[in-house]
Parts: sequence; structure tokens; C-alpha cells
Amino acid sequence: MQDSSSVGLVAPKTAHFSQALTLKSGEVLPAFELVYETYGELDAQKSNAVLICHALSGNHHAAGKHSEDDKHPGWWDNLIGPGKPLDTNKFFVIALNNLGGCHGSTGPASINPASGKPWGSSFPVVTVEDWVASQALLLDQLGIDTLAAVVGGSLGGMQAMQWTLDFPDRVRHALVIASAPNLTAQNVAFNEVARQAIMTDPEFYEGDYYEHNTVPRRGLRIARMLGHITYLSDDAMGAKFGRKLRDGSLKYNFEVEFEMESYLRYQGDKFATAFDANSYLRMTKVLDYFDPAYQHHGDLSQALSKAKAKFLVVSFTSDWRFSPARSREIVKALLDNELSVSYAEVTAAHGHDAFLMPDPHYHAILRAYLANIQTGAGA
Amino acid sequence: MSQDLIQTAANRHDFALIANWIQPNSKVLDLGCGDGSLLAFLRDKLAVKGYGVDKDDANLLACISHGISVIQADLEAGLAGFDSLSFDYVILSQTLQAMVNTEGVLREMLRVGKQGIITFPNFGYWRHRIQLMAGHMPVSDNLPHQWYNTPNLHLCTIDDFESLCAKMNIRITDRIVINEGDTVTFMPNLLGSLAIYRFEQAAWPVTY
Repeated sequence: MQDSSSVGLVAPKTAHFSQALTLKSGEVLPAFELVYETYGELDAQKSNAVLICHALSGNHHAAGKHSEDDKHPGWWDNLIGPGKPLDTNKFFVIALNNLGGCHGSTGPASINPASGKPWGSSFPVVTVEDWVASQALLLDQLGIDTLAAVVGGSLGGMQAMQWTLDFPDRVRHALVIASAPNLTAQNVAFNEVARQAIMTDPEFYEGDYYEHNTVPRRGLRIARMLGHITYLSDDAMGAKFGRKLRDGSLKYNFEVEFEMESYLRYQGDKFATAFDANSYLRMTKVLDYFDPAYQHHGDLSQALSKAKAKFLVVSFTSDWRFSPARSREIVKALLDNELSVSYAEVTAAHGHDAFLMPDPHYHAILRAYLANIQTGAGA
Repeated sequence: MSQDLIQTAANRHDFALIANWIQPNSKVLDLGCGDGSLLAFLRDKLAVKGYGVDKDDANLLACISHGISVIQADLEAGLAGFDSLSFDYVILSQTLQAMVNTEGVLREMLRVGKQGIITFPNFGYWRHRIQLMAGHMPVSDNLPHQWYNTPNLHLCTIDDFESLCAKMNIRITDRIVINEGDTVTFMPNLLGSLAIYRFEQAAWPVTY
């Protein structure tokens, strides 16, 4: 049966860009493609566009299903749809797969036209700034000048922030959720362990594993297992798995014994078959490099002085990877610039992953904020 | 302003009085802002740039619904997220009596704001005194809770508050005492039910 709060069946589209894109690293992508989905209708004034920015392992498939048989809808389907907090009866929602990804947009597994082979190790390291630049080109192609809002959680929140700095006149509202003004040393450390797991996998071949018809599956699996541990809170893990044993008794060997192990192995295996290791390496670098205050001697208030958008900043109490204290740094910098900002610190047990959960209060906050965004002739 | 906020504003005699002390287009921080009705009132009347602070989830949601900028924070933890003297006015409307760290909050108000505006129910109001003499904790329009469910911790009289200000070197620039919407000038500590003050740090050179 058709769910009336679902955007229903959706099909990805591909945008082609023939102009060269100079990246922050100085490298140049001669041409590229971005795969994206849209939900809802763009209004006559083109005033109701909302851009969704994905996090580390996300993609363009944020809502709806690709076929009736799909087991799961898009990754933020609980937020996006008719009558949902991000209401597609009101907004025209755009979700894309970022540059360097592995879900259709140009990335390390794409063919490099210069060599006729996959880019592999030669695919450039991209940044949040590069992503935002490419997203702006996508909007140009869609004929959208100004976003009603840009919305993102975690790494997605960093893109939302960057939008307000690089295109202050093209974004009216930024929803920065479970994010941070930069990664802490601890977060960079987690990313480095994930990268080492991938890069030391014998199947990695310096990033050119495509030519060897193999993938560094073991490394990617460990990287994802590590990630999963950090996205959950200790309490949430304890509540979900505790010390439960899969078969009820200890085996005194190295097979899966605890439910926790079983879950991690399952998540790792699932991810390792669905994601490209080169993309994962680059996504972690995008996170590590984001630091708008860096060029302002660490002064985030000065860095955000370019912004004109109105902000909603949301954090979750049990999120220790992107803690509330980091969100409060963003809020302080926005207040220093006398920008409109609201900040919600949502009590949630799920850790960093809470931003993807349909917590009623969290969703009520987003719903209320989005409902007040003007669209149409008055926007 | 939405209908429910207009209703709240109509019931709060202190809103219009507070507005009289606030310059148009100034920057206002409302501590314990509740549903944002005072800020909405000041925004609509004086075009102030306003921010609210509240720790309560329901209040936060109400403010966001009303288009009020609001920061979720516990006032007891201080105002570390706000720069010194970054606001023209810091308002604490009918909240002081519910704070644990009364002096800390007053100090933070005058660190962040050039001026503070505060309202509180006068515990010395004659009806309160009569109820106490009759052997019961006072209950009134301004103190609507029973002793066992009140959020109030530090109730004070007008004279008590002014003594604290003197001790903290806080200069009171204006005071209005009201009862049922009318200004009380005769024996305010006995006949007034609600006190409204504007004050500033005496040590700082202030040019107004």
C-alpha cells in the first residue's frame, strides 16, 4: 500500500558538468557528473528549494524508494515527505551524492577520461569547499538562484555552514545538525585509524585495486566497525546489546560470541560490499580538513562574519563525536555576528546517530523551524 | 504576533512597562524566556534584535514556532556562550525567584548586558503577609503555586532585593511597582505585588 507520508517511487538523475572545476588542493577535475534526486515541486518563484547535504557515508537517495521491492527507503526518509517535518508539499528538496562518492557522482571508481581507466589513487582529495562549489553548479543547472534552506547532519552540517560562507546571498536558512566547527584531535585520530585499516589491507594496491579486480574489503570493514562504535553512545550500546551472548554461553574461541560482535561484523560486512574504499578515504579527509576558522587565526566568529543566513543549530546530549559543546561554539560565533540563531540541545540516548532517528522532540523542532520559512511570493 | 502570544502579552502587565525602558532597534537577551511572548512583544513594538534563553524543551519549541531566536541553555550554568557587554539589555522576567544561584545570575546579567531589567513577585505584598499570618504559604496571581509544587526557591521582598543590589554594587536606575496593573507609589513593599527594576553595574562608567 502507498504510504501517504512517503515521497513514493523516485529515480535518480545525473547532471553533467563539462567545465573544469579547480579544487582547493589546486588539482583540476576536467569534467564531472553529480547524481541527485529531487522531491516535491519547485514553485513558480523558485523560492522553496532545500538542499540536503549528506554525511560521511550518505548519498543522493535521501527519501522514497527506487522500486516497490526496496526493503529500505532513502536514508532520511523519516524527515522528508508529504506532511513530514521537511514537508515536500511545501519544499522542493534536492539531495545529491557528493564529488568523490561512490553512488554515481564522479569519484575514484569513475573512469578518468585521460587514461580510460578508473581514477583510483589519482582521484584528487576533495574538501567541503569543493563540494559546496559543485553543489552551487548543480543549482545553477537547475535554475535555482537561492536556497530556502540548506540542511545537513554531521559532515552535512559542515557543508550547510560552508554554504553560508561561500554563497551568503544564495542561502536563507542553514540547519546545522550534530555538527562541529572542525574535528577534534580525537576525531582526526579515529579517521586515521580507519584510513590505516584500509591502506594497509594487502588488497588496497595503493588505491588502484580496481585494476587488480579486487577491493580492500577487510580494511573497509574494520574502518566501518570503528566508525559504528563511535556513532553510538556507550549507554545506547549497553541498552541495545549489553553483554548478551548470541548462543547463550561462552565458547572459549574467536567466533562471534557477543551480540555486539555480531552487530559490528554485520554492519562492517554490509558496508564493505556497498561502499568504495577510495571514497571512504576521501570522505574522512573532507572531515579532517574542514575548519573555517583556520584562515582567521582560529577565530570562528571572524570566519562566520560573512554569513547572512538564519541558523538552526541542533545537538544531541549523548553525541560524543560531535558533542553539544562543539555546537555551542558555532552558536557563540553566530551570536557574536548578531545573526539569527536558535539552538536546541536534544536529550537523546543514541549518540551521534541520533540525528538520523525520528525522535519526536527533535522532529518537532525541525518541523516548527521549517514551517516558519517563507516561500512563494513573500519569500 | 500569533493569537496565543497576544493573549500572554495581555495578561502580563509588566511587558508594556519593560518596553518603556527599551530603545527601539536595540539588542535584547531574555533569560528564562518561556514561550517567547515578551520577545515577540518587543520585536513587534520596538523592532529589537532579540534572543531568548531557556532550558525547557517545550518552551524552546514554542519559541521556534513563534519565530523567536532561542538558545537552549541552563541559566544556572552561567552565560558563557555570550560575550561581555554584547547586549543592550538583559531581561530576567519573573525568573529570579526560581534560580539557585541568585547572585551569580545577577552578576552574569550585568556582564553580558549594559543594563539589566528584572521583574519579580513581591513577597512582602500585604495579601502574602496576611496569608502567612493566617498560617499558610501565600498563593496569589503572581505566586500561583502551592508550596509543594512551586518552582520558586528564593522569594524576596522589594526591600530585600534592594539590599542585595546595594551589597553587589548594582545601581538601580528605575523602579516600578504595580498591583493589578496599577502603579503603586505609596508603601510599595506592602501594597505592590510585582516589582520591575532597571539597573546597571555601578562600577562601570555608563553613558546614557
